[in-house]
Amino acid sequence: MDKVFQLTQNISFTLGDALLELIYVIASVLFIIGLKMLSSPKSAKKGNLWAAVGMVMAIIATITLHVDKEGQAIGNIPLILVAIAVGTVIGWAIAVKVKMTAMPQLVSFFNGMGGASAALISLMEFPHLAHGAATAAMGTGEVLAILLGLMIGSVSFAGSMVAFGKLDGKVGDIRAPFLRVVNLIFLIVLIGFIVYIMLQGNVVPQDMMPVIYIMLAISLIYGISFVMPIGGADMPVVISLLNSFTGVAAAMGGFLYDNQAMLTGGILVGSAGTILTILMCRAMNRSLMNVIIGSFGGGGAAASSEGGTVKEISLSDAAVLLNYSSKVYVIPGYGLAVAQAQHLVNEMSKLLEANGVEVKFGIHSVAGRMPGHMNVLLAEADVPYEKLIEEKDASEEMASTDVAVVIGANDVVNPAALDDPSSPIYGMPIIKAGSAKNVIVMKRGMGKGYAAIENNLFYADNTRMLFGNAKDSIQKLIEEIKAL
Amino acid sequence: MEAIFEFFFTYREAIFIIVLSIFLGIEVISNVPAVLHTPLMSGANAIHGVVIIGAIIVMGHADNTLAIILGFLAVVLGTLNVVGGFVVTDRMLEMFNKKKKKQ
Repeated sequence: MDKVFQLTQNISFTLGDALLELIYVIASVLFIIGLKMLSSPKSAKKGNLWAAVGMVMAIIATITLHVDKEGQAIGNIPLILVAIAVGTVIGWAIAVKVKMTAMPQLVSFFNGMGGASAALISLMEFPHLAHGAATAAMGTGEVLAILLGLMIGSVSFAGSMVAFGKLDGKVGDIRAPFLRVVNLIFLIVLIGFIVYIMLQGNVVPQDMMPVIYIMLAISLIYGISFVMPIGGADMPVVISLLNSFTGVAAAMGGFLYDNQAMLTGGILVGSAGTILTILMCRAMNRSLMNVIIGSFGGGGAAASSEGGTVKEISLSDAAVLLNYSSKVYVIPGYGLAVAQAQHLVNEMSKLLEANGVEVKFGIHSVAGRMPGHMNVLLAEADVPYEKLIEEKDASEEMASTDVAVVIGANDVVNPAALDDPSSPIYGMPIIKAGSAKNVIVMKRGMGKGYAAIENNLFYADNTRMLFGNAKDSIQKLIEEIKAL
Repeated sequence: MEAIFEFFFTYREAIFIIVLSIFLGIEVISNVPAVLHTPLMSGANAIHGVVIIGAIIVMGHADNTLAIILGFLAVVLGTLNVVGGFVVTDRMLEMFNKKKKKQ
């Protein structure tokens, strides 16, 4: 019995500590359940809510119950509450106001905020390493966690901002091959910095700050140059990858503070995010390395440009063709999102249905800028769920389709994926629009898709092109159909 | 070599949690349909907003002006990540729900 007493006396234990840890356990469980529920359509919304509940619990518990190793409770509480209020108002306002089409950018933006927060924590904790003593040992897990948090958080922040800019059309691609080499050098240099700092032995942490700032700067530049050469179409994959980076950066904070909620939450997102990234790549039939190194695009030998002639169709002919068909398949792509034509497409499909035409939507899972982009977009325009058909079923129905209307999609209907083994997209599942009796392709011009390869569908005998902005074209089509 | 073993032993609990969480993360989402990739990514994005706890801790012990400013910023950014992340995910999923009601 005495031994038990001795043991309990050695453990500093308060009710608050126990309660805090208990709440962290519950929060971690809620994160896991939330993530699990998010991966099934029926429970997704609840899953998101549960995860949010876990987060709120963890935040409140931290503010009220947390004490550090020296036994100090959280100070600056009024300022913390102000900061949370500011973040909540801004975050809520942005999230509610932004259009559904801009969702991908938004996820990237919020991801960057998390990365920046992680980097700031590291930046502030480094000088505190000595814990009141004159010097601190550098070769510890604490230092490693701080440095990794700083590096990964900054890369994630800078990279997310570039991805945000690219999706918003503000930043272009720089496809310079030398960037690959530069990026590799950056990575090696950053690892070198970490090793260098950790080998310093006992030093005054403040003296190391110049090195830390240089490391911060290099990390930020690396984040930019990491995302810069990757094409706009691959941004979803990049965002997903940066998302998992931020997860790891958050976990570093958990390691630092011995905080299990941060550790589980962060690593969970880190690993789930990595798997999600790989799943996204797989949907495009590409490897992650292929996306990052960016061998995609730029064409090369694969682009068999046999050309041929493109046949245009007039608006009135298109209207007649659509109106007197019995089955029409709309195949949307990123062009639809850019033109913001989702409401008009729905209007057109209703109009055709009123005239006795069966209208369905062939949704390719990677059409648009994010997987599921088209689903969200068309849902916004109130297109009924049962009309959205996935690529496999849509392809099977093509033979019985009179007109396939391809709106701003390119690679997802490119037959090269089926019959040209030298094509970079060979093997990717596509919607076989070409097997419909007629194909109308709405496009702004003869530009290539994001994969930058020729699309022989455009030259097929049963294909007619309708050039112009999708929104204008559909608007005019609607008028023409009404006039019939 | 000894240093590595020592490192491992010192942080064995954290390493344990990390390893298990990695497998958990993989297991939890490996059966997700493509339609849900985006909301799931967005939801996971909100969850790593847990970094805000670290921001609160660091802000709670900030003792000079610079630290308070940086801490304030860290908490604001962390909150943006959390609130924005969850609200955006909810909005995305709202779209899916709306569809179901109409059936």
